[in-house]
Amino acid sequence: MRTVIFRTVAPYLTSLMLLFSVFVLLRGHNEPGGGFIGGLIAASALAIYGIACGVAPVRRAVYFHPMAISGFGLLMAALSGVFSIFFQVPLLTGLWAKVSFLGVELDLSTVLFFDIGVYLVVVGSITSIALALEERERA
Amino acid sequence: MDVVEGQLITALILALPFAGALVAPVLVRWFGHNAAWLLALLPLAAFVHFLGFLGPVAAGETVVAGYPWIPSLGVDFSWLIDGLSLTFALLITGIGTLIVLYSGGYLKGHPHQGRFLSFMLMFMGSMLGLVVADSFLTLFVFWELTSITSFLLIGFDHRREASRRAALQALVVTGLGGLALLAGLLVIRAATGAGAMSELLAAPDLLRDSPLYLAAFLLVLGGAFTKSAQFPFHFWLPNAMEAPTPVSAYLHSATMVKAGVYLVMRLNPAMGDTALWETVLPVFGGTTLIVGTLLAVRQTDLKLMLAYTTVASLGLLVMLTGFGNKLAVAAAVLYLVAHSLFKGGLFMVAGLVDHESGTRDITRLGGLMRAMPITFAAAVLGAVSMGGLPPLFGFLAKEEMYAALGFADGWSTLFTIVAVVGNALMFAVGFAVALKPFLGEKVETPKHAHEGPALMWLGPLTLGLVALAAALWSQTSHRFVTDPMTSAVYGEPATVTISLIPHVGMALYLSIGTVALGILAYLALARGRAAMAATLAAIGWGPDRGFDQAVGGTVRLSYAVTRVVQSGRLDYYMLATFAVFALALLVPMLAFGDLPTQPRFPVIAFYEWTIILIAAFGLWAVLRARNRLTAIVSLGIQGLALAVLFMLLGAPDLSFTQFMVETLSVVILALVMTRLRLSPADHRPTPEKLTGMAVAGVCGLALTLILLRVTQIPFDGELSAFFAEHARVIAHGRNIVNVIIVDYRALDTLGEIAVVMVAGLAILALVRIRPRRRRDAAAQTEG
Repeated sequence: MRTVIFRTVAPYLTSLMLLFSVFVLLRGHNEPGGGFIGGLIAASALAIYGIACGVAPVRRAVYFHPMAISGFGLLMAALSGVFSIFFQVPLLTGLWAKVSFLGVELDLSTVLFFDIGVYLVVVGSITSIALALEERERA
Repeated sequence: MDVVEGQLITALILALPFAGALVAPVLVRWFGHNAAWLLALLPLAAFVHFLGFLGPVAAGETVVAGYPWIPSLGVDFSWLIDGLSLTFALLITGIGTLIVLYSGGYLKGHPHQGRFLSFMLMFMGSMLGLVVADSFLTLFVFWELTSITSFLLIGFDHRREASRRAALQALVVTGLGGLALLAGLLVIRAATGAGAMSELLAAPDLLRDSPLYLAAFLLVLGGAFTKSAQFPFHFWLPNAMEAPTPVSAYLHSATMVKAGVYLVMRLNPAMGDTALWETVLPVFGGTTLIVGTLLAVRQTDLKLMLAYTTVASLGLLVMLTGFGNKLAVAAAVLYLVAHSLFKGGLFMVAGLVDHESGTRDITRLGGLMRAMPITFAAAVLGAVSMGGLPPLFGFLAKEEMYAALGFADGWSTLFTIVAVVGNALMFAVGFAVALKPFLGEKVETPKHAHEGPALMWLGPLTLGLVALAAALWSQTSHRFVTDPMTSAVYGEPATVTISLIPHVGMALYLSIGTVALGILAYLALARGRAAMAATLAAIGWGPDRGFDQAVGGTVRLSYAVTRVVQSGRLDYYMLATFAVFALALLVPMLAFGDLPTQPRFPVIAFYEWTIILIAAFGLWAVLRARNRLTAIVSLGIQGLALAVLFMLLGAPDLSFTQFMVETLSVVILALVMTRLRLSPADHRPTPEKLTGMAVAGVCGLALTLILLRVTQIPFDGELSAFFAEHARVIAHGRNIVNVIIVDYRALDTLGEIAVVMVAGLAILALVRIRPRRRRDAAAQTEG
């Protein structure tokens, strides 16, 4: 499976897929997409990179342990839900704010952070499973 | 719910012990054992607050207040303060104050004293909540909290196996009882519609006349009898003596074990006055009384002697409460107060003796009177009250008891005899505890004994003096404590008149007889102990052993079940899972004749046919594949074809997800396959293959049928319309699927991603375990 062609193409493919996954994540609220699908795309990107070039480069590239990423995602999703307590509305109520960033009007919301949390949980969990399995292939 | 004056203050007072539990470890670090003086201010404040209720409650008022808790279920966090709960609250906070001080002295210098005081205050808060609770849910939550805090306290010395076993035993027994209570409260709610004690007591006949009465009765008593250590559930209480003495004095004599009695008393107006109630309660209570006192005679350890008499006293209380006449209820009330005072005090005395002399074995103690005069005074006050002698409060309780039982008929004569025998034996054991260590020849003890610190003798002495004062000014104590509590338990206004001046009559003769019998038993205690030891050895089995056998049996059973169910062969697990899946779908459809009708064949465009053909080709390739890897990849063909179909039918989100899930499953399955080192091809014998095929076929059939059936149900578009209409406006999103996931049903999603993460952790752990086991196996074959 680890042919020269695959190994050469894999980093580019992975980068593209990761970029695409973030795109899918962010557009999810209005177009098909969202955190869950984005997370799956990112996880398969990392899995492909692992198959092509080995697990160690993936772990270096991800830097954090994938399970830690997953845990952070869960925390983020939970916190974005709890945030509503400051506005005295029920748990997980979506809160919206208009922020102007570099002259562009952006809709920021707790829902977005919740979705990013979902994304991170899915990426982290599946990547850690896939990497663990790939690692054993080598051992 | 109406706002009642002082509502917030009462709520804060109820939270106070828990706040104290938070700061206790810090305070102990700063001030050492003297932190007890500060911490004792918390229960003292609560005590003073509850004193303020004495006037209104004596005037016949009942305070019901609280806050909404789960309004959608009609559940409040509410409390009910009447004569019954007020007396309990005063006992809990009053004795609690003394116990906190006592703990300061008893565990002076202990490395975990802060933790101990913290547990103690937590327990106090739970117990206080339990007795004032009005709504059933509040009651249940605090009931379970007392079980849990009691577990922590019994197992405080967790390095000793006996402590751990005793703690676990108490938790299992009282925890099971707690579940029975929960069920009982739900039954009561179903039977009467009442969600709180005050509502239930407002219409007391509703429950008695309900067909559910028997179920409620059995379940509630299951809770009360386990908590209050009634025979045959009494065994956990003596074992709980593994706890440090302040715990025994507070939880296992004065307060927690009375929770069951409290419950019985609380429900007496609504559940009492039936033949069942007035038979079962006296019979179990009376049996517990006799068994408890006989077992107490057997013991030589001061704490165990007291523990078994506590079992006996709890039996007496249940017996009196269930006896059914007003005098008996008044006697139960008097005895409950008296018992809390004298037994708490005597336990503290036992702890003092142990603390100062180094032993609790009554046969190795003697002549401590000169060394510990204040302790001796407290011990004598306790024993006099326990023996029912004037001029202490215990005397009033015993007189009232005999006046209530009498010789009216065979039934009451029986219980009069039971009460006389039980009281006489308790008299003997009580005086043995109070006199034997102090009188007679000075015996050499492990430590050189002298008077304990003020922190420690303050408690027992105060309790003794309170019992004395309460008896001397009996009219005042009746007005503020006995009368309101008796009225609350009996359900009708009651007045108690008993005083220290005895009336010549049957009660007095019975009292004199009890004392005479008690003195005889005291003199013959050593012989009685030997006889009881021989008897118990001859029986050779008790509920305590039974508990071990039940636990052992459960463990063996689960081993046996695991051996059968967990064969360790993956294909069996898969077969079982899918067979159950198929049956779960098919059986209800067939049983209710709910099969789909012949569907109209849809118009399928040619490009759709192409996709279907690709899927079919994928399936054919799976069947034809010579090795497993090919089969897995071929399965992917079918899955991807399905994803394309979703796309064509206008479900892009679903299609996206299907694509990714399919890809990842193929990747992960392939990785797993290479990891498992299966042989590349499938070598199962033909019958097994056929079974697998049949199960797969049935699964497919069942799923197809149910999907057809579901689509044939008229579509209710209300939800879709709602989402479509509001997604843009409320949730600012045009993609309804995503809005549902992250906004409308965000709580579900939160739960789901938590599951994803935990599943990931579990798989990671499993993947990591495998190689080491293989290495071990390899090492074994080599060796």
